[in-house]
Amino acid sequence: MSTDTRAERVTHSLVRDVALPGGTGTMALITMDNGLDHTKPSTLGPEGMAELTTALEGLKERAAAGEIVAVGVTGKPYFLAAGADLTQVAAVTTHDDARELGRNGHRAYTLLGELGVPTFAFVNGLALGGGFELALNCTYRTVASDAGALALPETGLGLIPGWGGAYLVPRLIGVEKAVDVILTRPAANKPFKPAEVLELGLVDALFGSADYLEQSIAWAESVLRGDVTVERRELDSPEVWDAVVHATRQRLDAVVADSRPAPGRALDLIAAARTATQADAFAAEDEALADLIMTDEMRSSVYAFQAVSQGKRPTGAPDKSLAKPVTRVGIVGAGLMAAQIAMLFAQRLGVPVVMRDLDQERVDKGLQHVRGTVEKLTGSGRMSADAGAKILASVHGTTDIQDFASCDFVIEAVTEVMGLKKKVFAELEGIISPDAILATNTSALSITEMAADLQHPERVVGIHFFNPVAQMPLVEIIKAEKTSDEALATGFAVAKKLRKTAVGCLDRPGFVVNRLLVLLLGKIAEAVEGGTPVEAADRALRPLGLPMPPFQLLDLVGPAVGLHVLTSLREDLGERIPQSPGLEKLVEDGTRLSLKPAAKGLPADVDPEIQSAFAATPGTGLDEAGVLDSVLTALTVEIGHMLDEKVIETPTQIDLCMILGAGWGFHLGGITPYLDRTGYSEKVLGRRLLPDGVANVPQG
Amino acid sequence: MTSVTTEQTASATAPRVRPHVRDVVFVEGVRTPFGKARPDGIYAHTRADDLAVKAVRELLRRHPELPVERVDEVALAATTQSGDQGLTLGRSVALLAGLPSTTPGYAIDRMCAGAMTAVTNTASAIMVGAQDVAIAGGVEHMGHHPMGEGMDPNPRFVSEKLVDSSALVMGATAENLHDRFSHLTKERTDAFGVASQAKYAQALADGHISPDLVPVATRDPENGWGLATTDELPRPGTTVEAIADLKTPFRPGGKVTAGNASPLTDGATACLLAAGDVAEELGLSVRMRMVSFAFAGVDPEVMGIGPIPATERALRTAGLTIDDIGLFEINEAFAVQVLSLLDHYGIADDDERVNVYGGAIAMGHPLASTGVRLMTQLARQFAQHPEVRYGITTMCVGLGMGGTVIWENPHHADYSGHTTTQEA
Repeated sequence: MSTDTRAERVTHSLVRDVALPGGTGTMALITMDNGLDHTKPSTLGPEGMAELTTALEGLKERAAAGEIVAVGVTGKPYFLAAGADLTQVAAVTTHDDARELGRNGHRAYTLLGELGVPTFAFVNGLALGGGFELALNCTYRTVASDAGALALPETGLGLIPGWGGAYLVPRLIGVEKAVDVILTRPAANKPFKPAEVLELGLVDALFGSADYLEQSIAWAESVLRGDVTVERRELDSPEVWDAVVHATRQRLDAVVADSRPAPGRALDLIAAARTATQADAFAAEDEALADLIMTDEMRSSVYAFQAVSQGKRPTGAPDKSLAKPVTRVGIVGAGLMAAQIAMLFAQRLGVPVVMRDLDQERVDKGLQHVRGTVEKLTGSGRMSADAGAKILASVHGTTDIQDFASCDFVIEAVTEVMGLKKKVFAELEGIISPDAILATNTSALSITEMAADLQHPERVVGIHFFNPVAQMPLVEIIKAEKTSDEALATGFAVAKKLRKTAVGCLDRPGFVVNRLLVLLLGKIAEAVEGGTPVEAADRALRPLGLPMPPFQLLDLVGPAVGLHVLTSLREDLGERIPQSPGLEKLVEDGTRLSLKPAAKGLPADVDPEIQSAFAATPGTGLDEAGVLDSVLTALTVEIGHMLDEKVIETPTQIDLCMILGAGWGFHLGGITPYLDRTGYSEKVLGRRLLPDGVANVPQG
Repeated sequence: MTSVTTEQTASATAPRVRPHVRDVVFVEGVRTPFGKARPDGIYAHTRADDLAVKAVRELLRRHPELPVERVDEVALAATTQSGDQGLTLGRSVALLAGLPSTTPGYAIDRMCAGAMTAVTNTASAIMVGAQDVAIAGGVEHMGHHPMGEGMDPNPRFVSEKLVDSSALVMGATAENLHDRFSHLTKERTDAFGVASQAKYAQALADGHISPDLVPVATRDPENGWGLATTDELPRPGTTVEAIADLKTPFRPGGKVTAGNASPLTDGATACLLAAGDVAEELGLSVRMRMVSFAFAGVDPEVMGIGPIPATERALRTAGLTIDDIGLFEINEAFAVQVLSLLDHYGIADDDERVNVYGGAIAMGHPLASTGVRLMTQLARQFAQHPEVRYGITTMCVGLGMGGTVIWENPHHADYSGHTTTQEA
């Protein structure tokens, strides 16, 4: 794999002397700069680290000679540093090399505390992972009001903050907040804003971006003169420390279980940070880092991270110049999905949107949903009043289908009944211009069939949104049998404007996400039908570390919707898609399947009461391992079919869909890396899905 | 009844108080360190508007007693108003500096007297009661905007001989002054240049320069971030001998050299002006009171004498004579142009009231920003010289103009005061 790895983009440590304006002396100011523009963040590789180490050693001598009174570190515009270069980290092949990576960082950063003069980090821009740890290892820190993402995202990428973060953060801001910084935020993939890191105590001062560096240097001089004193909190008591670690451990057991090692390793380091010496703690970080770098979970995480990054530029889309302009959007239906779509189109496309339903009451309900959403956003300050007013002014409701006449793009979001959708399309064709695009948000029906009777079936394209539409980052763009390149390109162009990641797929049942997700749910139901107790079936997937257990997911999707998709899949794909009379009965009765979770963020267990809906005697079927095996086998089989049918171009596209459309974890790499590393793909399909080393530690 | 109602309506819509002339005070001025307008200058990679932003923010930071929403205007000058000096500087800098969106602003140009005109314009608005507090200043990044950039002079200037062909080359107009006043010899201008360097060096050493400077973070892609804290251009220790044989770029065998002229410069200035009574209300310190101002025109090819008629007019308006003036801040675009003014009034070349801290020959002349630099320095000298009651800031302007502002020292025993007393 090393041949695929590009050379290190070396981030240089440029050092200049700054005369402190108040006359206190000279500050040596280091600028971390990779010499490239703002599209290429500075990252920290071995060469760059070596350069920083050399620079700091030189400054240590100058400090001893009395030439400088302080050292500052800042970055090129918009970035302090984006942390270690992940492609480089994922290219490491031995445990020793992995450990050296950690040590390299520690060697440089430890110097920041040993220069003999105070060190100041001026966090002028984005600082992630090792970039943020660069600041943490300094004596003092300021942050710019416009700094981009600030975070220690390591545990979300199968790593730990191993350049001092795991030791320094709990000591600096307290163990409880440290758990939030190191474990909770990375899991939610939500970096901090400048005001938040100030509030947390991760930085000591915040200055406006217009003269950030000037004010930071002036502040540093005040600190040097003693005019400003930075108070450091005392270490939390052993009792508090232990209690927080214990509670966090329990939470990890419930949420993460054994699906990935990084969070647990990070918590071990946090637990030890109260009493460990810095040297011991940093050595422990080196070991943890080395162990984790050599895990498949970490390699899959880097693979997944890159898949998501690259997913922003969809592959396989027709030339974007073929896309037709969208100047007026029609939405057929005014239900919950339709209203969400209307809101998003109005917000992101900035064009008039007409929402149509059969009676005024439904139309009003749809419009009310849009209004309610806007009011919520403007009320909380997340949207300006003007932007809200613009959206409300651009969304119209109607009961008259003739109002679609001037729309160049109409998307239907009516009930999932083929006859109804065909009727809608036929009706629309008589009204809209011959080259207007017709889109459907169906989740399981055949788009080819939906378009079959039209005069212009080539104008029909599938655009499948996920619920909730505003939050879910994925849309599946579906090419039916006769879909033209123009219609497809328009679908991709619209998705881009909506700021969604678009994945192109063929018109096969359930497309990508629903086909696998509903299959998984079906296999769980099938296990229960076969005599597995509902609790065991519910627990069986825990080793995967999915966002929630299966029955909770079914409740979220809506059991009726889930069952409908399951039934549709079975009609098309046949017997391998399970059927479940028990589930049908539960849907019929409208029974809720899962209990309320014990606390927010904890998984919701299945309600044991639903066992009675199933005919089988519990305990006579597969055990948890057996259920997991049946699910993974079924997923592998299905992925094999999907690739054979060319539903989607590559396994990585499937992974991208499952990560963004179903929230499946980076540690699984989506799903195909997991099936490779657990041997399912070899066993079931007789081949790997991804080449060795792409998303795992190479077998050599 | 009807007529009474009409009268009441009329009185309700009529102004309660007619506009009256209010006193205008100079609260404080700041500037960036001035840099060399060359690719290796300190500001080569710094935007002009950012220089102005730093100055404006420093001004506001120094006056926490001034609620930012009380700033009624931001008037900023630049000679070349395009690129990073375009987009209606006063307004764009106000927004970039974090002033509330309710604060208006505009851009202004009178070449070298840009900032001076920004001051007199905003002062005029304050005088008539239209505004209370204003920020005025200027910026010129002569490295990004070489003199005459994008200039397209009307051909009539030449065909109708409206101006001499030398009128648009400032150095050439300085040579023209030497022609007209042959007693203003190169020896005298060189000596004046050397003295400017020496006075600046002394003022710097005495701590009279740095307090008015705003440190500016500068980034050079090759060397990383640095901090500009001092003027880049002064040449301390310059001697008459050292500059005697410098090139005369404007005329073969001429007299104007880099030793007796201001260098090309990057820099920004800003100052805070307020109505006297508003300064009192907000507790703003008062460093100078504006007495009068004037602008005047002369033949463009001898633009350097512009300060003479401008000063005459300003003195006349103020009811003062040159003898009342105790301190002079005269812009040193060219030494010969300063000497022509001094000569006119019979003031010695080395009069100690003139350019006490040195001038543009030492620190540089970022065209449209210099006017406020003169005022800022005069204000500091006023505090040091309570025995001086009146001071003058004056400068020559391209295309044959001069501008002069006369100021009164609030530290003087006979200070006339700046709060308007209204009859009840």
